[in-house]
Amino acid sequence: MSINTSELRENIVIKFAGDSGDGMQLTGSQFTETAAKYGNDLATFPDFPAEIRAPQGTLYGVSGFQLHFGSTRVHTPGDEYDVLVAMNAAALKTNIKNLKPGGTLIINIDGFDDKFLRLAKYDKLDNPIEDEKLLSNYTIHKIAITQLTRKALEDSGLGIKEIDRSKNMFALGYVYWLFNRKTDFTENYLEEKFSKKPKIFEANIKVLRTGYNYGITVEAASSTTEVQAAALDKGIYRNIRGNEALAYGIIALAYKTGLDVLYAGYPITPATDILHELAKHKNYITTFQAEDEIAAVTAAIGASFGGGLGVTASSGPGIALKTEAIGLAVALEMPLVIINVQRAGPSTGMPTKTEQSDLLQAYYGRNGETPLPVLACNSPADSFDIIYEAGKIAIEHMTPVMVLSDGYLGNGSSPWSIQDPDLLPEIDIPFANQDHIKDGKFMPYLRDERLSRPWAVPGKKGFEHRIGGLSKENETGDVSYDPENNQLMVELREQKVENIAEFIPEIKIKAGVEKGDILVLGWGSTYGALMSAVTDCHDQGLKIGFAHLRYLRPFPGNLEKVLSQYQNILIPELNNGQLIKIIREKFNVDAIGMNKVQGLPFTKNEIINKIQDILKSE
Amino acid sequence: MKTRPGQSTKGVSSPSKSYASNQEIRWCPGCGDYSILKQVQSVLADENIPKEEIVFISGIGCSSRFPYYLDTFGMHSIHGRAPAIASGLRAIRKDLNIWVVTGDGDGLSIGGNHLIHLLRRNFNMNVLLFNNEIYGLTKGQYSPTSPLGTVNKTAVWGTIDLPFNPLKLALGADATFIARGLDIDPLLLRQVLKRANQHNGTSLVEIYQNCNVFNDGAFSVLTDKATKKDNTIVLEHQKPLFFGVNNDMGIILDGFSPRIVKLSEVSENDLWIHDEEDSLKATILTRFFDNPENDGFPRPLGVLYAVNRPTYEDQLRGQKKMAIEQLGQGNPYELFKGKNYWEVK
Repeated sequence: MSINTSELRENIVIKFAGDSGDGMQLTGSQFTETAAKYGNDLATFPDFPAEIRAPQGTLYGVSGFQLHFGSTRVHTPGDEYDVLVAMNAAALKTNIKNLKPGGTLIINIDGFDDKFLRLAKYDKLDNPIEDEKLLSNYTIHKIAITQLTRKALEDSGLGIKEIDRSKNMFALGYVYWLFNRKTDFTENYLEEKFSKKPKIFEANIKVLRTGYNYGITVEAASSTTEVQAAALDKGIYRNIRGNEALAYGIIALAYKTGLDVLYAGYPITPATDILHELAKHKNYITTFQAEDEIAAVTAAIGASFGGGLGVTASSGPGIALKTEAIGLAVALEMPLVIINVQRAGPSTGMPTKTEQSDLLQAYYGRNGETPLPVLACNSPADSFDIIYEAGKIAIEHMTPVMVLSDGYLGNGSSPWSIQDPDLLPEIDIPFANQDHIKDGKFMPYLRDERLSRPWAVPGKKGFEHRIGGLSKENETGDVSYDPENNQLMVELREQKVENIAEFIPEIKIKAGVEKGDILVLGWGSTYGALMSAVTDCHDQGLKIGFAHLRYLRPFPGNLEKVLSQYQNILIPELNNGQLIKIIREKFNVDAIGMNKVQGLPFTKNEIINKIQDILKSE
Repeated sequence: MKTRPGQSTKGVSSPSKSYASNQEIRWCPGCGDYSILKQVQSVLADENIPKEEIVFISGIGCSSRFPYYLDTFGMHSIHGRAPAIASGLRAIRKDLNIWVVTGDGDGLSIGGNHLIHLLRRNFNMNVLLFNNEIYGLTKGQYSPTSPLGTVNKTAVWGTIDLPFNPLKLALGADATFIARGLDIDPLLLRQVLKRANQHNGTSLVEIYQNCNVFNDGAFSVLTDKATKKDNTIVLEHQKPLFFGVNNDMGIILDGFSPRIVKLSEVSENDLWIHDEEDSLKATILTRFFDNPENDGFPRPLGVLYAVNRPTYEDQLRGQKKMAIEQLGQGNPYELFKGKNYWEVK
């Protein structure tokens, strides 16, 4: 008998958790792609250890993939799970606290033998899957996933290690069944991935279907769950990870401008995926894996000097290495795009965990007075728009631009309304021309109304010139130690960056009221949690508004006015208070900070609690 | 000979002074850099390279002021990074004539990493390494090429850092062209620079340059009339190695060991014949003076090694061409869409 009842749900949060070698990232991303195919809005949060293959069964070796999908707008990966798939004891121990009461717990009971219990630091007399009190809180699906996988593949001719490696497909198949989703997409994916390994392909397909059929056969649940397509705006969509969106934005820049784009990088977590993606697309851009972070940024500067667009990316420690060269680009007034996919610091910190603690570094982290524009993405899909806007500013205003993403955005994914590159805003390239010649001599620092200088590229006869890191005379660019001139150049460069405010959109209230008790002001990857929290609070009748900064330097021209409409300004950040310092200094506003540096994003409830605390204390 | 990037085929001759910029030169009077500048300008003129196609990129140090004094495109960048900047430029601009000017501190100390990676990648450009065995711009500290025991401001008790042998290091990084010249030997320097410019790949030219303020006479034994013939040997491809004030000394290879002989004792046919394409011989040549057993060997000058290997930029272009052929270069909308898209109507 098959189940024919189906429960309709608006949205669901699933967490897949297992060993870092268990293939949980693949399982999660496959379920995500299928959810996307079904038209759900979604947000993902892959969370994995820095070790590639951490010792099996350990607490620190747990790799997780969290997915929130729904028929309504989804802004965050969710605070708590509706479904937890725990492949072993350690996965259960580290995740059970976030499973909603009444939630569904799918347990691989083969991951709970004495060895796994010991590694997860459970007493063997205290096996959680025999703990009736604990289990009574949830709907339990106890399955011998490892044994069933082995049984399914006993005639496959594969070794036990290879067989066990496909047990994630059992879990995936089972969850597909639970949510009434076909296995097609994953089957197609497996066919492509293992096209040269037919045995492995067949094994994976078999286990995937075994998991699916197991659900049907044992009538594991009284009903399956249905999540309908979300009502997104019209358009063509795909699911996209933040780092992928950054790569595509860079390709769009190359396509639209016709400039040779040189992407120079050095491997570092979590920025490297951008280079992985771009290395495939040498038909659009040139990629260069440099010998170190400094070579990566300086090679990019070299390309910009040659009339291309230099782009480089890194994460916190790598950006620190690049800072002297970024200062050179500021002094040269050269287009350059620098991406920082931030991670938890200081120093090496927690490479696979997220944080927003490099804002002040982006703002101030160079010697001398070295202002540059700073932009930040607020979702994986927004990364495409941000990098394109950054490139446009870099070229049109002849300046290096810093783009801040983070591990949460870079690895996470969201639906992207795919844009036709032909319809993206045009970019004016300020190449030098005869107007920049005075008395027969080219003036590399003759400024236009934006205070931006002309771009004269080697090969252009009559425009030979020398530039460098030494202080330069305005207009001629000749080396100058003149005190007044140095002050003038410092002020001009500062003003040039400030003037960009006239070219960027004003900040808008994204949720809640335009005047009231509290404004929640955010930037970067916290967008989803803040949006959800403010929307909930507003629905409860609070006089609250939400604004989110995509442009951090310069700020949108109307920011001061927006701030003045509220009694309180709350600035939640995944750092120890960085935007708040700048806001306080610039607008003399006594904003309230909210800070978290645990390598994890904010949950919606954390924000709501803080908002309630503020209102209570009034 | 192939036409080199940036080399004009039109044969328009430009007098060397037309390559000079209007900037006042600020090196110390008597500095070896003046001569090098003059020889470079002369080679650019002889090679008929249009000014607008030339780019000089430098780092930091006395030598790195070089680009300011040439009326070409130029960048005076940051300490040690000129090879990386030039690599990025070359990656997208095959058409230019690119020169990197660096020194023993800039190129071998703070920028040592970039230099070795440039050499192994073999981007086509000319690297002029001004070696004066001292930090000049910061007023006299020991450099990575200062001989052991050098006493100066930062080595009050004498240096204990074994110096780099730049050309040996370059060969270790699989350089395709290494040569050595002297600031005060204009003829030889011009020959070497010309060869370097004609080489398709990274050409490393070590130029011994006298810092008359902080390290005067560092190379006097190689440059003084009385001693230079006995202490230098000018290499010529396919010519035997002989030297000496009366041209009466030669070098033979005894297995892998070089030995100095009197020409009167051996036939000229037994002498070592210089072969620029022999990497083993080049290795031995670079080691003439860093092995105490080889004391008394003359310092090799001229082109030590020159071989062809595909340049990085040519291989890069090959890959780009292949990618364009296979993937096209039109509107990337289809790429963005991928296979797994859906439509909301």
